[in-house]
Amino acid sequence: MNSIKNFDIFSCLLVLSLMCIGLVNIYSATYVEGMSFFSLNNFFGKQVFYFFICLVTFFLCMIPDIKIYFQYGSIVYLLMIFLLIGVLFFGNEVNGSRSWFSIAGFSFQPSEFMKPVTALALAKFLSNIHSDIKKLSIQFYSFLIISIPLILIVIQPDPGTALVFLGFYLVLHIVGLPSIYMNIFTAIIIIFLLTIFFGKTNMLLLTGLLFVLLFIYRLYNSLKKTRLIYYAISSIVFILCVDFIFNNIFEQRHRDRFNVVLGLDEDLKGIGYNTNQSQLAFKSGGIFGEGFLQGSQTKGDFIPEQHSDYIFATIGEEWGFVGSLTTIIIFCILLLRIIERTSIQRNLFHKIYSYCVITLILFHFGINISMVIGIFPSVGIPLPFISYGGSSMLAFTILFAGYIKIDSNKKEKW
Amino acid sequence: MRDKFLQILIIVVSTVLIIQLFSLQVINKEESDIVGKASVQKIYNFPERGYIYDRNDKLIVSNEPYYDILIVPNDVNISDSIQISNDFNISTKDFKLRLEKALKFSKIKASVFLASITKEEYAQLQEKMWRLSGFFIQKNSKRKYNYSTGSNLLGYISEVNDYEINSNSYYKAGEMIGRQGLEKTYELELRGKKGVNYFQKDKFNRIIGKYNNGIYDTLPEPPKKLKLTIDIDLQSYGDSLMKNKYGSIIAIEPKSGEILALVNSPGYDPSLLVGRERSFQYRKLNNDSIGKPLFERGLQGQYPPGSTFKIINALIGLQENIIEEKTVFKCNGGHFYAKNSFMKCHTNETTFSDLDNAIYTSCNTYFAKTYKKIIENYQTPSIGLDRWTNYVRSFGFGNYLGYDHPTGKPGFVPNSNYYNRWYNNSWRAVTTISNSIGQGEILTTPIQLANFAATIANRGWYVTPHFVKEIENDSINNSYLQKNLTLIESKYFEPVINGMVNVVERGTATNSKINNIKIAGKTGTAENFIKINGLKKQLTDHSIFIGFAPADNPKIAICVFIENGYWGSRWAAPISSLMIEKFLNKEVDRKWLEKYIIEGNLISEYLKPYTENNFKINE
Repeated sequence: MNSIKNFDIFSCLLVLSLMCIGLVNIYSATYVEGMSFFSLNNFFGKQVFYFFICLVTFFLCMIPDIKIYFQYGSIVYLLMIFLLIGVLFFGNEVNGSRSWFSIAGFSFQPSEFMKPVTALALAKFLSNIHSDIKKLSIQFYSFLIISIPLILIVIQPDPGTALVFLGFYLVLHIVGLPSIYMNIFTAIIIIFLLTIFFGKTNMLLLTGLLFVLLFIYRLYNSLKKTRLIYYAISSIVFILCVDFIFNNIFEQRHRDRFNVVLGLDEDLKGIGYNTNQSQLAFKSGGIFGEGFLQGSQTKGDFIPEQHSDYIFATIGEEWGFVGSLTTIIIFCILLLRIIERTSIQRNLFHKIYSYCVITLILFHFGINISMVIGIFPSVGIPLPFISYGGSSMLAFTILFAGYIKIDSNKKEKW
Repeated sequence: MRDKFLQILIIVVSTVLIIQLFSLQVINKEESDIVGKASVQKIYNFPERGYIYDRNDKLIVSNEPYYDILIVPNDVNISDSIQISNDFNISTKDFKLRLEKALKFSKIKASVFLASITKEEYAQLQEKMWRLSGFFIQKNSKRKYNYSTGSNLLGYISEVNDYEINSNSYYKAGEMIGRQGLEKTYELELRGKKGVNYFQKDKFNRIIGKYNNGIYDTLPEPPKKLKLTIDIDLQSYGDSLMKNKYGSIIAIEPKSGEILALVNSPGYDPSLLVGRERSFQYRKLNNDSIGKPLFERGLQGQYPPGSTFKIINALIGLQENIIEEKTVFKCNGGHFYAKNSFMKCHTNETTFSDLDNAIYTSCNTYFAKTYKKIIENYQTPSIGLDRWTNYVRSFGFGNYLGYDHPTGKPGFVPNSNYYNRWYNNSWRAVTTISNSIGQGEILTTPIQLANFAATIANRGWYVTPHFVKEIENDSINNSYLQKNLTLIESKYFEPVINGMVNVVERGTATNSKINNIKIAGKTGTAENFIKINGLKKQLTDHSIFIGFAPADNPKIAICVFIENGYWGSRWAAPISSLMIEKFLNKEVDRKWLEKYIIEGNLISEYLKPYTENNFKINE
């Protein structure tokens, strides 16, 4: 066993403080007059219960040797894939997506647990001495490991969680995937958003103009003509595709969400209601907030899902800018600290797993808060360690416990 | 390993989030915009609208409560429908109809179930309210008028319209605003300022307590009481005298410019324009195209002033040294003011009149000659006329007087430009000779004539007429305290006033003499025309009288205008004298005259143009 000195106690304290912030705000968000302080019938009571389960789980994760994780990574991954397939057939439908198993009164969401498991599997695969990410076949298998759960989750459908799985591609980039993938991906995202924002015709004109200018530029410099033509054609085709996908494959609710965020549409009562109400909560919070249990939007229960996905609105309203800033800074310090400690790791498995942890937390944190403050379309993903929900809290605890375990082992040669 | 990339990403994401939060919570935090929040309900607390008193502190306008029964259909115990109908004293069928209507509006929001129940019904119902779940009583307040006069003067209140809601952020839909009359002018004083209470709601729209412990709440500001210059008894008396006659009485206290009475006939009861019936009643009044009760003749009616205008020509003649008190003009029952143009005068035989005589006999010739000389006193008639116009306008003619009532008309006093345009620059003094006797282009409103009488009474100055004497904890507009000087020196008024006294003593209005009170006055008989189906037709002359009393120390100046009443002393002069007697003596001794006036009926005269094709005038 390792000595206590090897453990990243500071990170543990940060996570613990996030969980406490979560508990306080869940209490406030779900508070009603005369609510009993602790009961398994209310959200707060349940969350406290999950909190203790998480503590126990965390310590359980510390017991086995690190090799066990490495050895059983792929088996657990396969098991979880089966569960994900199973949930499509036997799961409960909640809010239009089939992503929950319901056992003995407690619900359980396999896609949440898929996150640490995928991280484990990916780390194991890429840390193999024969896995050179520059090789096309290795790239293919890596994509497969990420894409199978992603596709299964899209089928549920749970676009929020699926979005988070995209984070694993970022890990591939960090590990050394040729940068062409990242460039194409970035280009696609930018063209996609611009096309929605400016419309098909304008975008075609703009792109046309850009390439004409590039061709003129080519007269004085050496740019490969064929590559330029290739780029031009593919962007134009892609713009047409985006237009087609956005207008014919997306459902109206998806289109609405994009339009609201891009400021093309303002619908405060309908699709923009959630965002508008949560923005009002932030505004009324001001600098110092309205105080614990005093938030008017919170008290009135105007923001749907305020205890789970929109918990950050409660923080913003009742604790003000000070509260929301503190939360962001805690996340920031936690992530930067994990990076710092990971960069001195030598073991590739350890390193890749830690990057997965960082990316997952960053994606959740970034997307969730952006969505709550209205700069990202509304997708349902939780704020790690803070949002209400047993599955997500447990999954993040396991993910984080894996990092702590791995981190504590860094000096051990095996 | 590109782990720097991850670090940069973390920093960038956090920064973006912090910037957006900073702009939301620190820059854009809109504390005042708590209304936009769905979670906050604003409930206004309206102060009771201000009371209005007359000059002797008699209460004219107050408020009275009325009660509406509101219903929240969701909370109503439908199985008790028989019991409920009994409690409200309506049939079960009626109950069901009203319930359906309310359901159409909303299940959970309150709507009116029974409107405007009486105090007695309210008292009975109050005891039963505990068992009537889903019903509650809302207290409202409406204007209460203690006198049925002065409707157009007081004006009325009604719900704000879209324009007012958009242009003035104070008003919200459904609130009341002073729509006309003094209610409009003194809207700010009478309404006070509503208070606001903010309440915290939950997502089911239920109020769950005060918002933020009420730190944004404001108390309503009470309104200010108005004390009018009106003598409500005199006003009511004027109303009774004007029965069955169309026209207007305006009485002014000359020293202060305070309007003692503004009687418009036909009048209507101000309490018609109150509460739910208002728009219906308003339409009814508005549709009366003959009587036009909503038309405030005293302020809006533009009429030729007739012979009353001779006074001003006498004054200008004296000021310009055209005539003196002893100047005599010859009159042959009229005179040729130009070749082939004869102006008749009712002094039938040949007379030689001085100023005094000319005023009390109302000699057309005398004033036509005076006017002609005034205009011809300068190189061109244009200069002469413009000087004359300046004199006339200094009495407040030809423009809005500036009183504190929102309605009014400027009247018309022509200047040289007007005639230059009309006659293509070729006109002479005699072209405009009708101005001398108050016919032709001149138009005045009765209040301008009353103000004219007050100016003569003051010997050359007037205070802008106004309706409000005092505002509680406030002062009235400064312009209602200042003297406006005319261009006539005060010494020229005495000879004219002598003539005006003789008008009543031995002139055209001897029937209006009052023992012990010296009245100075001038009658007027104004020709007037209307267009019927495009044809200009002459109607019976208007009967006009202006005057003041007592002549030496004037307490009241008056103008009475009776549409189509024929000559001035037939109606206008006696009515003026009765008003003067009532105001100065509080009691009227000449009961025979009072009876004669009250019973006088001119309605058939007004119906003539509408009922007969070839009607006779001046009968």
